[in-house]
Amino acid sequence: MSETLPCIEAFKKEVNQWVTKNKPAPPTFLMPQSFMEVGTDEQFEYLREWQEKVYNAGYLGMSWPTEYGGGGMPEIYQDVVNKELVAQNTPFMVNTLGLNWAGPLILNMGSDEQKKAYIKKILSTEEIWCQGFSEPDYGSDLGNAQLKAERDGSEFVLNGSKIWTTLATQAQRMILLARTNTNTESKYDGLTFFLAPMNVDGIEAQPIKKLTGEHGFCQTFFNDARISEDCIIGKEGGGWLVAMKTLMFERGAEGGQAGGHTSMPVTVEEVAELSKRVYRDGKPANQDPMVRDELVKLLMRGKAMSLNGARSKIPALISERPTSIAMSVKMLATELSKSIGDQATSLQGSNSLYFVGDDYAVDGGRWQRTYFQAFSGTIGGGTTQIQKNIIGERVLGLPKK
Amino acid sequence: MSENTNMIKKAGITFSEEQGQLLEIAESFSRDKAPIATVRNLIESETGFDKDVWTEMVNLGWLGIAIPEEFGGSGLSVAEVVTIVEPMGRMLLATPLVSTTLAAQLLLNAGTTAQKQDLLPRMAGGAIAALAMHEEHGDWDISHVTCTGVISGDTVTLSGIKRLVTDAKVADTILATISIAGIPSLVAIDSGSIDSAALQRETVIDETRRSYRINLDGISVPATNIFDAEKTAAALKRYHLLSCLLLSAEACGGTAGAMDITLNYLNTRRTFDRFIGSYQSLKHTMVDILTDLEAARSFLYYAAGVIDTDEGEAAVRMAKAQSSDNFAYAGDRAIQFHGGFGFTYECDAQLFRRRAFWTANQSGDAIYHRKRLATLLLD
Ligand SMILES: Cc1cc2nc3c(=O)[nH]c(=O)nc-3n(C[C@H](O)[C@H](O)[C@H](O)COP(=O)(O)OP(=O)(O)OC[C@H]3O[C@@H](n4cnc5c(N)ncnc54)[C@H](O)[C@@H]3O)c2cc1C
Ligand SMILES: Cc1cc2nc3c(=O)[nH]c(=O)nc-3n(C[C@H](O)[C@H](O)[C@H](O)COP(=O)(O)OP(=O)(O)OC[C@H]3O[C@@H](n4cnc5c(N)ncnc54)[C@H](O)[C@@H]3O)c2cc1C
Repeated sequence: MSETLPCIEAFKKEVNQWVTKNKPAPPTFLMPQSFMEVGTDEQFEYLREWQEKVYNAGYLGMSWPTEYGGGGMPEIYQDVVNKELVAQNTPFMVNTLGLNWAGPLILNMGSDEQKKAYIKKILSTEEIWCQGFSEPDYGSDLGNAQLKAERDGSEFVLNGSKIWTTLATQAQRMILLARTNTNTESKYDGLTFFLAPMNVDGIEAQPIKKLTGEHGFCQTFFNDARISEDCIIGKEGGGWLVAMKTLMFERGAEGGQAGGHTSMPVTVEEVAELSKRVYRDGKPANQDPMVRDELVKLLMRGKAMSLNGARSKIPALISERPTSIAMSVKMLATELSKSIGDQATSLQGSNSLYFVGDDYAVDGGRWQRTYFQAFSGTIGGGTTQIQKNIIGERVLGLPKK
Repeated sequence: MSENTNMIKKAGITFSEEQGQLLEIAESFSRDKAPIATVRNLIESETGFDKDVWTEMVNLGWLGIAIPEEFGGSGLSVAEVVTIVEPMGRMLLATPLVSTTLAAQLLLNAGTTAQKQDLLPRMAGGAIAALAMHEEHGDWDISHVTCTGVISGDTVTLSGIKRLVTDAKVADTILATISIAGIPSLVAIDSGSIDSAALQRETVIDETRRSYRINLDGISVPATNIFDAEKTAAALKRYHLLSCLLLSAEACGGTAGAMDITLNYLNTRRTFDRFIGSYQSLKHTMVDILTDLEAARSFLYYAAGVIDTDEGEAAVRMAKAQSSDNFAYAGDRAIQFHGGFGFTYECDAQLFRRRAFWTANQSGDAIYHRKRLATLLLD
């Protein structure tokens, strides 16, 4: 196979040209900032078309196996594409949940039939995926999930509700954690993981308005909804293990994702640039000594993140705690995004009082919105506090109790 | 976006095979040679370090790492020295390795041919060099020099007082900054020309260190001991960055050492029938210290690789700013999390907190470096 692989430099050029030629014109409507913020059909369709186009060009799922619709190439080619997609500020991938967590999970733990049934459709956008983990009463305490799945012959009957379900109104499939046994000694042992269809009677998603006024997630109600036992991934009663694996992919602690980016990047460099366009005491804010110090701290946080990435590829420099960097990426990156939004908003002086929708808002209110949207990252996927518990216990070996 | 802002985005970390090997060897060496009981015994000793350990380090070739082969070294770079200093810092192993390494770099950058030929092979072979850069004013700016040298014929007569000269008593050579006709200059002083009365031991915050005040009044050395005047300013600038780099390495090691003892206590001490490490106010703080240390080590090894490039100054200043604050915080929390025991001399936490002051407050603390980073990154 290796003879037919293009050389990296030539490939970079090819990708650069393709993206330049094919990237969509900026939309006339407000772009969502991440896959978690897609709230209108118009936004969804724009993003879906783009993902489909990237996949059809052969630039998505490049390292996934060819028999299931992937490219069968070394990961480095997908890395090249990912970098170029970000560099040219293209829209993010709308089916992130499929590409980055359901997909790798199915490839890792699914049966051959499941891989054949789902993988290609994840890449092509034929099937959009959502995630049914959190419940109104149990979020951080995921192991306590109570949505009931009762066996009836070769089917399961679902009753209860999931909440904060991103993209539930657009999705055809859900990765679902449900309770198949309420009588186990440990709460974890009663859980089963399903690759569930959304278009069955008795499943209904109701959109929830978010703190910014936009939409993106739902409460999903299950009322005697019936799904086949073939939907189980892993073992009946073994759902917790599958859920943990999913979270590894979701938090980027384990590789194998299909590629593409998941949000409009916001960088610390942009905040530094903004500081030259806003004012303190008649001068650009980047001349104010106190502002300067805060900006340097922010720039250092950004730089540290990228250097951590570089260092994590050098085994001798991470040998003592090999998982430390990988397990803290999600926490650090999401907290940094929030700080970026916060600092960039306050930099604007009295103009920071505007919000998205006002003609006078600096950069269209992008930074204000960035701040609020950033909580999706610091809360979703396991909150920052939960991440600290996990890192403290698994990386530092501190006791739970 | 300015050039500079772009610049900090692109670099990665380079790490050589030699660095990898040295890191491994230095880790086990430091663990072997500096268990905490030994560190504490050495606090009571005259010189503050073990001559036999020093000899072993010399025999391992560590003093010659960044000295070219033609002068008896192994011709590697200061990046390799970083991998030794970090593990030494973790175990609080105090030796004149850093000052001797920095002195050798000053010689390479601004020494005359004769000086290099004379001194470098000796340093590679373990002759100790001390650095006399600090003065009464306490300014970190090493070009702020009030000690003077007056040239008359082929001798230069020195005057003024140098402070905080680490390991001066055992040094073979002392490199001092002096002002000659108003220009910051470097001079090599043979320890034989310093009268014992001119050398006075100082009491310093880090008790594992030995520091001296040197009264230069009346000391004369050959004018050939003055460094190449044309190269001195650049050499001092590079010295400042190298010093920051090695102090950052020491601080990263020290942070890890402070974490080691704290984690150990958190996993053994109980209150209210629970290990104190299970309390989130302690657990989450340790995670903050860990992620800060990861950042500092990334800056450190990045800086080690790029120090002599365009990116070098920003990289080193980031490493110094980050590692100084981290180590101070890790040491501070180490004391606090030991409760009443943390307040005792017997608890090792204070050793780390003292070392943290020692490393942070040489060659500029975090604010000092962030101020300079602002110029590099924001203008
Ligand atoms: C934008 C967005 C999109 C989301 N999308 C999805 C989705 O698609 N599918 C899905 O299943 N879920 C989704 N979620 C839900 C998300 O996973 C949960 O919100 C999250 O796990 C927290 O659970 P909770 O909301 O019940 O908060 P709680 O668990 O009730 O937490 C409340 C507060 O207590 C803290 N806390 C809780 N337990 C501990 C502890 N042991 N130690 C210290 N602090 C603790 C938390 O950090 C938090 O600050 C999404 C959330 C957001 C914000
Ligand atoms: C200078 C000094 C003078 C003193 N004088 C006296 C005196 O005259 N008489 C006297 O009786 N005592 C005295 N003490 C003792 C003092 O009251 C105790 O040291 C203090 O109560 C802490 O107890 P500890 O040392 O056992 O630490 P521990 O209780 O073991 O605490 C260790 C660490 O764990 C933390 N920790 C413990 N439990 C929890 C929890 N539930 N949640 C979060 N964190 C926790 C603590 O904050 C601390 O950081 C003195 C102490 C000092 C430093």
